[in-house]
Amino acid sequence: MSKYTLEINGNKTEVDVSPEMPLLWVLRDKLKLTGTKFGCGIAQCGACTVHINGVAMRSCVLPVSAVSGPVTTIEGLAGDAGLHPLQTAWIEHDVPQCGYCQAGQIMSAAALLSNNAQPNDDDIDAAMAGNYCRCGTYIRVRKAIHSAALFYNADTSAGQGTVEGVGE
Amino acid sequence: MKTTQMNRRNFLKVSALTGGGLMLEMTLPSALVAQELGTLIGSKELNVYVQIASDGTITIYSANAEMGQGIKTSLPMIIAEEMGAKWEDVVVLQAPIDSSKFGLQGAGGSTTIPRSFDLMRKMGASAREMLVGAASESMEVKRQDLQAIDSRVVHISGESLSFGELAALAVRQPVPDPENLSFKDPRSYTIIGTSVGSVDNLVIATGKSQFGIDVDVPDMKYASYTRSPRVGGIALSFNEVQIKKLPGVRDAFIVEPDDSAGEATMSFLKGLAVLRGGVAIVGDDTWSVFNAKSKLVVKWDNSGASDDDWAEMIVEGKRIAKQEQGEIRLDNTSVDAALANSDNRTIESFYQFPYVAHVCMEPMNCTASYRKGSGAEPDAMDIWVPSQFPAQVKEIAENMLGIKQENVNVTGTRMGGGFGRRAVHDFAAEAMAISHRVGLPIKLTWTRTDDIHNDFFRAGGFENMKAAVDTNGKLQAWDQHYIGFAHKGKPVIGSGLQGNELSMTALSNARITQSMMPVNTPCGAWRAPGSNTNAFVEQSFIHELSHLAGRDHLEFLLEMMGERRWISEGNVNSLNTGRAIDVIKLAAQKADWGKTMPKGSAQGLSFYFCHAAHVAEIAEVSVDANQNFRVDKVTVVVDVGPIINLSGAMSQVQGSVIDGLSTMAMQQITMKRGVIQQDNFDSYPVMRIAATPEVDVHFIQSDNKPTGLGEPALPPLAPAVTNAIFAATGVRIRSMPLSDEGFNLV
Repeated sequence: MSKYTLEINGNKTEVDVSPEMPLLWVLRDKLKLTGTKFGCGIAQCGACTVHINGVAMRSCVLPVSAVSGPVTTIEGLAGDAGLHPLQTAWIEHDVPQCGYCQAGQIMSAAALLSNNAQPNDDDIDAAMAGNYCRCGTYIRVRKAIHSAALFYNADTSAGQGTVEGVGE
Repeated sequence: MKTTQMNRRNFLKVSALTGGGLMLEMTLPSALVAQELGTLIGSKELNVYVQIASDGTITIYSANAEMGQGIKTSLPMIIAEEMGAKWEDVVVLQAPIDSSKFGLQGAGGSTTIPRSFDLMRKMGASAREMLVGAASESMEVKRQDLQAIDSRVVHISGESLSFGELAALAVRQPVPDPENLSFKDPRSYTIIGTSVGSVDNLVIATGKSQFGIDVDVPDMKYASYTRSPRVGGIALSFNEVQIKKLPGVRDAFIVEPDDSAGEATMSFLKGLAVLRGGVAIVGDDTWSVFNAKSKLVVKWDNSGASDDDWAEMIVEGKRIAKQEQGEIRLDNTSVDAALANSDNRTIESFYQFPYVAHVCMEPMNCTASYRKGSGAEPDAMDIWVPSQFPAQVKEIAENMLGIKQENVNVTGTRMGGGFGRRAVHDFAAEAMAISHRVGLPIKLTWTRTDDIHNDFFRAGGFENMKAAVDTNGKLQAWDQHYIGFAHKGKPVIGSGLQGNELSMTALSNARITQSMMPVNTPCGAWRAPGSNTNAFVEQSFIHELSHLAGRDHLEFLLEMMGERRWISEGNVNSLNTGRAIDVIKLAAQKADWGKTMPKGSAQGLSFYFCHAAHVAEIAEVSVDANQNFRVDKVTVVVDVGPIINLSGAMSQVQGSVIDGLSTMAMQQITMKRGVIQQDNFDSYPVMRIAATPEVDVHFIQSDNKPTGLGEPALPPLAPAVTNAIFAATGVRIRSMPLSDEGFNLV
């Protein structure tokens, strides 16, 4: 067991865990941040995607000892002003079916938008290639990312998502 | 408060278990509805599903299990519609598991909507009548001059009171006789048929939704479980000393197999959900018990274990196709004569489909907390389970551990996918057995490898097809030999032809035979059981026949449907050729069937009827010189009757197309000496976003009774794609997955 100080969603937290324990299980079991999901344990499905220094990473294969910067999880994506534009778009486009992979999808999409505020379909396909959706929500994932990109750079105080015009 | 004790068996009538999914019919006696409503007078509940607060918030319980099919949103929409509520005023809560109030709280076989639609309407109408009664009393006006609109009861004079203002008075109104309720004219619907976002979207998008795997209870420990790689193997010993020394490990022990758990399940699955023997490890966190699991060395007694081998099964399937005729299911006498008639053109094709896994994104898991009784306190179990039929685990607890069902408290959680996998509760049996042994709450989580190796798979199988067409290109004989799998002499779920197949019901010149090979690998319900493989065979073969006859596929398929008729009048689970013709024709029109396409691109058509739904699909496919193929577009026309939630319905169709494509293109489970050869998503891939086609969905909202849409849009996808590939390349694909046939989805 070793002690690590992690910065997660802006808060510094100390954990005392085995150095090999993947960040995923530190988040889920030790810090009770269960929005980040376990899907495969081999970085194939993307359900466990978080940001480290703003970069999308698969937390299921990242030992806690290798975490090298501030961590953002789905719980920390919304800011003081309200939801992240992607979260609003996800609600407006009624993207989730079972919902299990969606935190990972949103975190990958957020990393994309932070680098490329106007992605085309190819950019989206490349950035989202690491995220499985077994329910097949990919069509709406694409739409929601395009829609969020429209006002990503604007000064949004998005607040709660509305349910007007949901779906397509 | 008077409580009504009802044996839940009185609620449930399992009407038909033909292997084609669940056919459950809930009969909720009307007298009971009235009693239940009556007991709740004075509690601010208008009935067991509806509560109204004085601030106008309308709380509606959704009783059935949510796994992504959207039922948590669509059932309350029906209630809100009949109430005259404004959807924005509605808060939806998942109902507790209580069959005395809510009947069967399950989801499977696309049956929740058809089973619940009328009950939901009654609950909404009943609440509305009580609100109208309250307004009538309060305003001193006649009931017939009042109408419930937008969460208000409005008098013809324009005077109105809000539902919130009426709530306290409404609960003291007499409970209407459920048999004498009137329902809204569908033309005046303001909620049903609109696009409504899923009620849990906000919690999902912010990472706050609670799936089974997220359950956390005080003093909870974590568990892993390891079974024999060969089904039926028994753990004899393991490296206990070494495992117990590993960091974070509290306990490790062998769990003996227990078949009694298998009897406590839905009758069509009986005998399946056994507690398989294995090694349990309990520790401080999931990683510690996964880490210890990876270091387990177990001595198994595999003398009674599965010896299944997919390569051998293929050899045997082909042998049976050549040498055996099989048990006759249907035989119209002219088939042999037509096949022997040298004036006719004949064809014989052997089709194959693999075993596949469910791979729900949320691996199987369950949290159980056993409390040993003392003195007057009986033994009890609290259990949190992501299950399609959560109440079933009560029976497992009683059969396996002797805990009385009334002392088993079940919470059904949201599920990260179901697809039929979560109708079987082996993981819950394991969690309960482990908690019982250690006397602590434990959360059991399966690794992805556990999830793939220990699935209840979609059975693979084979079909040998023969047919004859005459010189006019008309179908004269259809000879179909299904070669499937049986466990202990009983066909596994989805193996064999269903009673409602096109060939079994609508053809006057058909012979259907069936042979079964033994299998020990566990099989279960997989999204549209039976239909998802048979559609591939039948609809591909019909295309082969149209080609043999030198005729257009669309025209040939429509001719096969014959006259517009209902095969079994009034039975929604039987094919209606009129509806079939309508969806096929509209698909052809919307996709511009027969349009000129670039070289290497083509359209493919298919139709299928299952789960009371008629669905036609046209795929547009492009294939390059290296047989890399892309599905550019799929046009889908669906008749499931009236649509409840348009957004949810579109989601189900889009998802079914993508799931169907993912499965046919790249997925298969193979067994070698009883051991599943695929371990994780690296060897069992799922389609990624780049391969996603455009999906153009159209609903024919016929007067068909509303029915479920979780399954029926999936079966027609595979043959639509392979028919398009044939049209583009001349290569006929008769076996899935396509990756094994040299065609790669890009």
